[in-house]
Amino acid sequence: MAFAERHLLGLEGMGAEAITSILDSAASFKEISDRDIKKVPALRGKTVINLFYENSTRTRTSFEIAAKRLSADTVNISESSSSASKGETLVDTARNLEAMRPDAIVLRHSMSGAAHLLARHVSCPIINAGDGCHEHPSQALLDLLTIRERRGAIAGLTVAIVGDLLHSRVGRSNLHGLRALGATVRVVGPPTLVPREFAALGAEVHTRLVDGVRDADVVMMLRVQRERMGANFFPSLDEYSHYYCLTEEVVRLAKPQVIILHPGPMNRGLEISSAVADGPYSVIMNQVTNGVAVRMALLYLLIARSKAEDAAELEAATDAPVVRGRSGGRA
Amino acid sequence: MTRLRIANGTVVDPMARTATRLDVLVEDGRIAAVEPGDQIAAEAETYDARGCLVVPGLVDMHVHLREPGYEYKETIATGAAAAVAGGVTSVACMANTNPVNDSSAVTRFILERAAEARSARVYPIGAVSVGLAGTQLAEFGEMRRAGIVAVSDDGVPIMDAGLMRRALEYAKLFDLLVIAHEEDACLRCDGVMNEGLTSVRLGLRGSPAAAEELMVARDIALVELTGGRLHVAHVSTARSVAMIREARGRGLGVSAEATPHHLFLTEEAVAEYDGNAKMAPPLRTRADVEALRAGLADGTIEAIATDHAPHHPDEKDCEFDQAANGIVGLETALGLGLRLVAEGVVDLPALVARMTVGPARLLGIPAGTLAVGAAADVTVIDPERRWKIAARSFRSKSRNTPFDGWDLQGKAVATFVGGALVYEDRTTAPPLRVAS
Amino acid sequence: MTANGTRLVMDAQAIQRALVRIAHEIVERGRGTADFALVGIRSRGVYIAQRLRRLLADIEGGEPVPFGVVDITLYRDDLDRRMQNPVVQGTSIDFDVDGRRILLVDDVLFTGRTIRAAMDAIIDFGRPQAIQLAVLVDRGHRELPIRADYVGKNIPTSRQEEVAVRLAEADGVDEVLVEAP
Repeated sequence: MAFAERHLLGLEGMGAEAITSILDSAASFKEISDRDIKKVPALRGKTVINLFYENSTRTRTSFEIAAKRLSADTVNISESSSSASKGETLVDTARNLEAMRPDAIVLRHSMSGAAHLLARHVSCPIINAGDGCHEHPSQALLDLLTIRERRGAIAGLTVAIVGDLLHSRVGRSNLHGLRALGATVRVVGPPTLVPREFAALGAEVHTRLVDGVRDADVVMMLRVQRERMGANFFPSLDEYSHYYCLTEEVVRLAKPQVIILHPGPMNRGLEISSAVADGPYSVIMNQVTNGVAVRMALLYLLIARSKAEDAAELEAATDAPVVRGRSGGRA
Repeated sequence: MTRLRIANGTVVDPMARTATRLDVLVEDGRIAAVEPGDQIAAEAETYDARGCLVVPGLVDMHVHLREPGYEYKETIATGAAAAVAGGVTSVACMANTNPVNDSSAVTRFILERAAEARSARVYPIGAVSVGLAGTQLAEFGEMRRAGIVAVSDDGVPIMDAGLMRRALEYAKLFDLLVIAHEEDACLRCDGVMNEGLTSVRLGLRGSPAAAEELMVARDIALVELTGGRLHVAHVSTARSVAMIREARGRGLGVSAEATPHHLFLTEEAVAEYDGNAKMAPPLRTRADVEALRAGLADGTIEAIATDHAPHHPDEKDCEFDQAANGIVGLETALGLGLRLVAEGVVDLPALVARMTVGPARLLGIPAGTLAVGAAADVTVIDPERRWKIAARSFRSKSRNTPFDGWDLQGKAVATFVGGALVYEDRTTAPPLRVAS
Repeated sequence: MTANGTRLVMDAQAIQRALVRIAHEIVERGRGTADFALVGIRSRGVYIAQRLRRLLADIEGGEPVPFGVVDITLYRDDLDRRMQNPVVQGTSIDFDVDGRRILLVDDVLFTGRTIRAAMDAIIDFGRPQAIQLAVLVDRGHRELPIRADYVGKNIPTSRQEEVAVRLAEADGVDEVLVEAP
């Protein structure tokens, strides 16, 4: 069944058909960014609020551009400037925003489950742009689109996800998405950062980088956060890098047509060497391009769907056809 | 002399393990007789308990009444009202108030408030360490004179083994039970739910079962060293139960309680990041629930205690990481306990024991019995009554429960404290009282 | 007329003749096909445009005219129509629109809203010299001031009737049906 949810909170539980329908839509949105006039009127007059409790220039910009290319109006609310610093709760912020009737809210938050909480309190569609360590579905979708573009069907590919899986929302979303589409997923990292439970989620767990990368079709590097060092997940950045940095030497163990992904921002020299990041196998820039297309598709699909649902509900409740300002389409 | 006859009910004696059609005669607030109805001649106001069970007033040895300091969540008055609405006539309240109950002054304050409420009996539990800081012993003797019945730093674990050792030794002087909240703070780290597959899936930091087991093992060794009496609060893991069972088998003074939520729910309840599934210790796995049930049945776990933890909605309906720990339980414990009977986990006399004489004996309080001469704390239960848990109707100030909407069978319909009817369920038939 | 009120208004042969005639009209009025480009509106307009393209090539010889596809889903003016799962198949115009004589092609002309949306899409790509419209069927009931330059067949219908165009490329058969409500 094609994607049919009111919100996009995560890829867990989403079937292959739903994911594929989003990827197909995204592929057809790509072309708009190559035009001279990079705009279509599809979401004209709609309001999209980017509610970002965590700093993120790239994801927020990507969503903003996506919304604007669909002719929507965007509003950016970031933690430092919002009332949160005055002690307003997420629930109160949600209610305030709801009263302004947005057509969609894109939420990034530092705590897992924040998008679920927001979805309980507002009626417009929510897109989870990253909640704590839980999920970052639009990132995974753009990763899937990038892989599909470069390597064809995802089913049967071997994908290695390397790094701090324990704290990675990108890692989790990708794991769910790749498994749904039939890929073999290996998670690679030190035992402190890659718990055994990932095996129950469908991944092969590896602690040695060379084992994880050998004959892989795709290698996805995750960002290492320096704060983890303080909490004793690994003793030093040097040590981490020695064992888990993706260098040219390691890449040679993968399949010849391997592609390298990274959600950014990269710690050059820590989890990925500059040579690899800028090398011929890297598709990191394609990821960014695809990010806008995927987010355009998501905004469009979710808002179109919610309007249709609302109209149908209203019709059912009032038992009368919704009088639309403009009458029916195809003609 | 005021007389009350509770007539036509089935009196369940948890000690003798019998259930017999008997009347209970109360004179001036004390049990005067428990006999077949025709054997009691005295004229008395009668409460008709036909079709109902008559048990000693329930005892909940682990509640948080929040007063002093957090009255917006609950007060002693509202907590006591919630208790009797759940058939509970005696509660033991924990010391993590503000100020902490580490002195006779706070103990006396609590007792005063409880007396004003004229409802359930309230037995304060004093802190083990001053301010719950875990460094210096509080004045057990002074607090005992003021009226505490046990000591506990519940809310926080006693990380310093040396302090726990001294506490176990010193408490012997005053015959005080030391109740321990077992959760190694370093292992727990900032975990917000059980560590396992679910926490990894949901991207939430987990607290492993080992965090509890480590402390249980440590404190059992300290009981062996000191000869003191340890009570493990809200036990939650299978291995903890096994260790406690083994220690008791060796004759050590170790006891345990379990909460209704740990006897029913698993970590799966967190699935939608529902703040009402957040508590400490966290909900664990199915295997742990089964082990707790087995422990309850074989008596390793002597008491059901709710860890009644009222919180304001803003503290629960928020980001899971930020949500406060705990749920209310006074008004739902009996109903859930009866479901354990219906599911065959324990029989009725055993359930009643875990909720009356079990906790009463551990605390050394005169409750949990219908012996002649005892205070007439009696609970009348309608075992057939079907009802749906409705948090918005709770007597407690707070509504934080994951059991809202559950359909249960069996409910307290009348609660007597010292012979006075302090709670009556009037939601269905008119009062069963028949004028004498 | 079939039992449930469906009538066949064009069979395969009628369709073919209409398209051949339109192709000749295009060449005649346009005095050749210089600067022309065909743009089919998804989805059946695309097949008709492809057929016209072959016919024009047969008539005029030389290279077939440039060909593009427009998906008007993103240009609709009615987002709340019951399109719970809108399928966006993409627009593809890889020739320069500036200065071109664009011939839009669709299967049925009805209220005119689809054509308006298609024109918006084309104009986003550049500034054509002119836009003309060729349709297989004109069923009337315009809601906007839009008219077709080339029409296969005028079919008067009532608003409630449905006009179904079936084409071999998609449906295995060539026919135009009018279905009673």
